[in-house]
Amino acid sequence: MDKNISFTLKVWRQRGPKAKGAFETYQMKDIPGDTSFLEMLDILNEQLVNENKEPIVFDHDCREGICGMCSLYVNGHPHGPATGATTCQLYMRRFKDGDTITVEPWRSAGFPVIRDLMVDRTAFDKIQQAGGYVSINTGGMPDANAIPIGKDVAEEAMDAAACIGCGACVAACKNGSAMLFVSAKVSQFALLPQGKVEAKKRVKAMVAKMDELGFGNCTNTRACEAECPKCVSISNIARLNREFIKAKMKD
Amino acid sequence: MWLFNSSVGRKVVMSVSGIALVLFLLFHMSMNLVAIFSTEGYNMICEFLGANWYALVGTAGLAALVVVHFVYAFMLTIQNRKARGSQRYAVVEKPKNVSWASQNMLVLGIIVILGLGLHLFNFWANMQLPEVLHKLGMHVEDAVMADVANGSGYIAKTFTCPVYAALYTVWLAALWFHLTHGFWSAIQTLGVNNKVWFCRWKAIGNVIVTLIILGFFAVVVAGYFGLGALGTIEVAAPAACCAPCC
Repeated sequence: MDKNISFTLKVWRQRGPKAKGAFETYQMKDIPGDTSFLEMLDILNEQLVNENKEPIVFDHDCREGICGMCSLYVNGHPHGPATGATTCQLYMRRFKDGDTITVEPWRSAGFPVIRDLMVDRTAFDKIQQAGGYVSINTGGMPDANAIPIGKDVAEEAMDAAACIGCGACVAACKNGSAMLFVSAKVSQFALLPQGKVEAKKRVKAMVAKMDELGFGNCTNTRACEAECPKCVSISNIARLNREFIKAKMKD
Repeated sequence: MWLFNSSVGRKVVMSVSGIALVLFLLFHMSMNLVAIFSTEGYNMICEFLGANWYALVGTAGLAALVVVHFVYAFMLTIQNRKARGSQRYAVVEKPKNVSWASQNMLVLGIIVILGLGLHLFNFWANMQLPEVLHKLGMHVEDAVMADVANGSGYIAKTFTCPVYAALYTVWLAALWFHLTHGFWSAIQTLGVNNKVWFCRWKAIGNVIVTLIILGFFAVVVAGYFGLGALGTIEVAAPAACCAPCC
């Protein structure tokens, strides 16, 4: 059994996108170590509701690390201090008794705060809609394994496809760049024969959308790769650059 | 134009200009090493370059590269700060694999360009510039004209001054940090990278950059302590800045 801990929680509260936000401090007592970070916030919200106060707004959905809904910048790290894990997979046993835990929303011009810890990540959907798909002319069902794909290529495409689009890369980047996300989405298709057909069109459209939405320029600091809950590699960014330069050279 | 309008294009301009400047540094460093072994040999190189048309074309090209690299650096930084948003994080912790240099490229770049200004003042303003002015028919002192190819003399004169030796050392250190990130980052931006080559490019970059900086530093050390051929030069008067301080 994990020990119970007591700690101070500093949470960013902000009424709306235009409102001025500020930190509010809460004292948390006897929280079991096997409570997840989001469950801990649920406990706090229950207390706040009982005291007739506004609960803290934060994003969450599957709570098993695959949907990409949870966010939270905990103690200077997107998704908290754990590596290769989302906030919902972060447990209170990682913190010590008496700690001060600071919780902030993703901060980036591309992700405006909606309220408290919830940010608007529709920019990622817009980038995805710009070209993150494969067009198929429907017809008869194709035979399985009709197009052979090497094991290493399939693995690499799968690793890129592991991106859950949570936006931790943008939150971690000092330039507010979305390159790791866009490169993962470009790579998962560019590596496979089905995606190669539209590769040039796709990379140009997605990069153009990313720039239009005001994300920054990548300076290869590697903070995104370090904080990515799915450990997506910056080798995808090199592939994105390669695909983009090739496409522009062709024009 | 995609080299201006797209984020990847802008970074391509940074990396191509950066790599070209690294290649120039490699040449400049190799040339400088000659001064340690033979002052006449070094002055011959200075004579060979001087204000000849190819040296002038080269200088203009380098100046253009520096200007492009500098202007784009500021443009990118302004855009990136805007993309980051006005609200900063209260707590920031740097992940282990993020190098300090990679987060401070602009500051390091500014130190490098200030050093470049000093360097042009110490050498170029005494060597290529008077020769060009002379060719353009302007009046240049005979004493200055006599020394336009005396690179070894200027090396000895500059680096015997401890202030200059220290300033050049700081400059080289900043350049080392700038390039250890800059080299592999440029390759990454050009897309010539993957999981395997990532470590290789980093190692190759670190070796090249360290050799360049050590080569330059060797000349500063040789000049300061009067080692090698540079020790044979009699320094009549210390360099201008040092007159009041040493």
